[in-house]
Amino acid sequence: MEALSSARAGLKIVAGTLLAAALGSTGPALASKKDDTIRFAYDQAPENIDPFFNNVRSGVIIGAQVWDTLVVRDPKTSEYKGNLATSWKQIDDKTIEFDLRQGVKFHNGEQFDADSVVYTLNFVADPANKVTTQANVNWIGKATKVDKYKVRVTTKQVFPAAIEYLAGPVVMHPARYYAEVGPKGMSAKPVGSGPYKVTSYVQGKSLSLERNADYFKGGPKGTPKISKLEIRFIPDRQTQMAEMLSGGADLIMHVPKDQADQAGKVPHLQVVSGETMRIVFMQLNSTDNTPTPALKDVRVRKAITHAIDRESIVKNIVGAGSRVLHTQCFPSQFGCTDEGATRYKYDPALAKKLLAEAGFPNGLDTEIFAYRERNQTEAIISNLQAAGIRAKLTFSQYAAMRDSIRAGKASLTHQTWGSFSVNDVSASTPVWFAFEADDITRDPKVRDLLIKGNNSVDPNVRKDAYREAHKLIADNAYSVPLWSLPVYYVATRDLNFEAYPDEMVRFWEMTWK
Amino acid sequence: MFAYILKRLGLAILVALAVSMIAFLLLRLSGDPAIALAGEGARQADIELIRKTYGFDRPLPVQYVEWLGKTVRGDFGESVYFRSPAAPLIFSKLQTTMMLGVFALAFALFISVPLGVAAAVYRNSWIDRLCLALAVVGQALPNFFFALLLIMIFSIWLRWLPVSGSGTWQHFVMPTIALGYYAAPAFMRLIRAGMIEVLEADYIRTARAKGLPATQVIFKHALRNAVVPVVALAAVQLGFLLGGSVVVETIFALDGLGYLAYQSITFKDFPVMQNIVLLLSVTYVVLTLASDIANAWLDPRIRVA
Repeated sequence: MEALSSARAGLKIVAGTLLAAALGSTGPALASKKDDTIRFAYDQAPENIDPFFNNVRSGVIIGAQVWDTLVVRDPKTSEYKGNLATSWKQIDDKTIEFDLRQGVKFHNGEQFDADSVVYTLNFVADPANKVTTQANVNWIGKATKVDKYKVRVTTKQVFPAAIEYLAGPVVMHPARYYAEVGPKGMSAKPVGSGPYKVTSYVQGKSLSLERNADYFKGGPKGTPKISKLEIRFIPDRQTQMAEMLSGGADLIMHVPKDQADQAGKVPHLQVVSGETMRIVFMQLNSTDNTPTPALKDVRVRKAITHAIDRESIVKNIVGAGSRVLHTQCFPSQFGCTDEGATRYKYDPALAKKLLAEAGFPNGLDTEIFAYRERNQTEAIISNLQAAGIRAKLTFSQYAAMRDSIRAGKASLTHQTWGSFSVNDVSASTPVWFAFEADDITRDPKVRDLLIKGNNSVDPNVRKDAYREAHKLIADNAYSVPLWSLPVYYVATRDLNFEAYPDEMVRFWEMTWK
Repeated sequence: MFAYILKRLGLAILVALAVSMIAFLLLRLSGDPAIALAGEGARQADIELIRKTYGFDRPLPVQYVEWLGKTVRGDFGESVYFRSPAAPLIFSKLQTTMMLGVFALAFALFISVPLGVAAAVYRNSWIDRLCLALAVVGQALPNFFFALLLIMIFSIWLRWLPVSGSGTWQHFVMPTIALGYYAAPAFMRLIRAGMIEVLEADYIRTARAKGLPATQVIFKHALRNAVVPVVALAAVQLGFLLGGSVVVETIFALDGLGYLAYQSITFKDFPVMQNIVLLLSVTYVVLTLASDIANAWLDPRIRVA
């Protein structure tokens, strides 16, 4: 019949199209090792490639490939090494003098010298230029040129973490180019001095980088081996995994634990898990206006701490690479220690006993705020329940939860903090114990100790002050330190890849197997 | 015909104005725009400064007229998140979304016309039942699930197509199918119903009696008349596809308007949010107007209505 023959013709067309697709498509390139290119997929694209004008992890990673800082922190030994600076010395409480490396060129040929440092630091320190994360730069007073390869950096107040920031988020821009094009121009056509340079950039889609053949020798980043990087922004996690499975990508990060476990079974993939600097903890509101007055009693707070089986949650839910914490800071941060601080064993019976002593033989009712890793919150809630503490959950967006905490409406919280990867206690503990907006404890003794630690340049004075503060916090069970968070990376088996707690992906040191 | 067009145009402009008012009000109702623009951790002094600079302290009707005036002239303000003019940002992403929408519509019609005709010609047979079953599955399947299924089959198992991105035409095959498939069942059922009705008409019996081959009867005489409601639906569905592409764009990493809308909501990018809502709504109004006019041209009886 005529109708059937038309249908047959239609089918032929459809089949032909599919076949053409199969033959015509280049297919996913399985040859990343063959063409010496690492294809990295990340979900969030930076809104601006200039590291001072974005605050997403992908922006931080790109920043370290394309640009350099004055110093870097060795991730293994934790000591600071000169990068664009060769040496430095503290002149007085607020001034550091840097000797700069000679013979370094930016990707556009411009020379690196004192002018680059002076222009960059003075530009970003100026609030009118609206650098995105002000805390990274608002400590800078000013930079002055001493001579062509010598600069002095002055801080606004005594700021012992200055070197840490100059090793992390504060990169050096080429003075003449930056003055000419500004942050928008820098994002459109990025120019740095780093081991990789940008060859093409489509905002929100992809970034292509190639090895900087003229990268200076003898620096702590070494010499980049792999010649090309292709960074693609793929918002959906399942799609990223699909790309890894089909050979369309070589590296992804922040993979959920259950997917990482399955990816580990795929022959051409490897799973690498690393600890991150992100700490997880519970804040307990023991101020005068706390919605749960029971929290003002130290026995109740100790009961809460004893009720949570941290070891078991870390092992079964959080995953490999994480560890139980006993103080509210990340162990690699300068000044972070749990020496002398009370440790609380998992003991629900003791928790019940303490609650009874405090006048709550039938347990107590309270609420808990959380905004991420809900499976962990639920494990905490069920542990508390077993000890008689009935916590009602309010799960919301970070900003909403933070506003509730600052308005004094939260009793218990389940929170995390990454310290912006700054390896100094001044970026963590004081946030919750130095009478700032997020302090729901308000112990003046702790505050004074932390301020002493923040404002001294003598490392021993700082260590002692912080140690005492942590001991006070732990002995009084003001908060409940929980664990550190791991991050899972999935990579192609051909790649030699190492994970670091600062979540920095060091493409410049990677090689093929 | 001319009077009809004029009447529909007038109505369309009124609808577009009403939509613009709603878009303007909705975003102001969802919170204080000055706080959204000032960003997190802004102090009261900063918020007040923003309020004065952007004129949020003036009466609403004044703000509306000024905003409308600027928007009509192409000044969409500046994106709070990207810190660049919103108009070029929106129009650059619009291209990808429009392409995806048009391809998806074409795909939907491409599969639904033959299926609808087959279902009508062989009505109540197993062919009809099969086509109807395909329709139900198409509407029941969530498009994100379908998208992932396609990726699994065509990218991971068969390795015929790339998973994500927008570089080549192959990148658009799966997104087109994932997005367009959802629209196909409605067309199919409409064509089937229209064809069944038309096939019973006297002039079709006459054509058959004249000895015309079946293809000519079905496609030249019957389909042309059955397709009239499909044109109307196609325009409306295109608007729907343009607005509903967020999920497909996110999964296939197509950097289009849907994904930009999602980002602007996440980052409280006020100016971009507002203009996307307005742009998509006006597009919808224009498409509906176009479909009304096309309908009237195809079927003169409608012009009198």
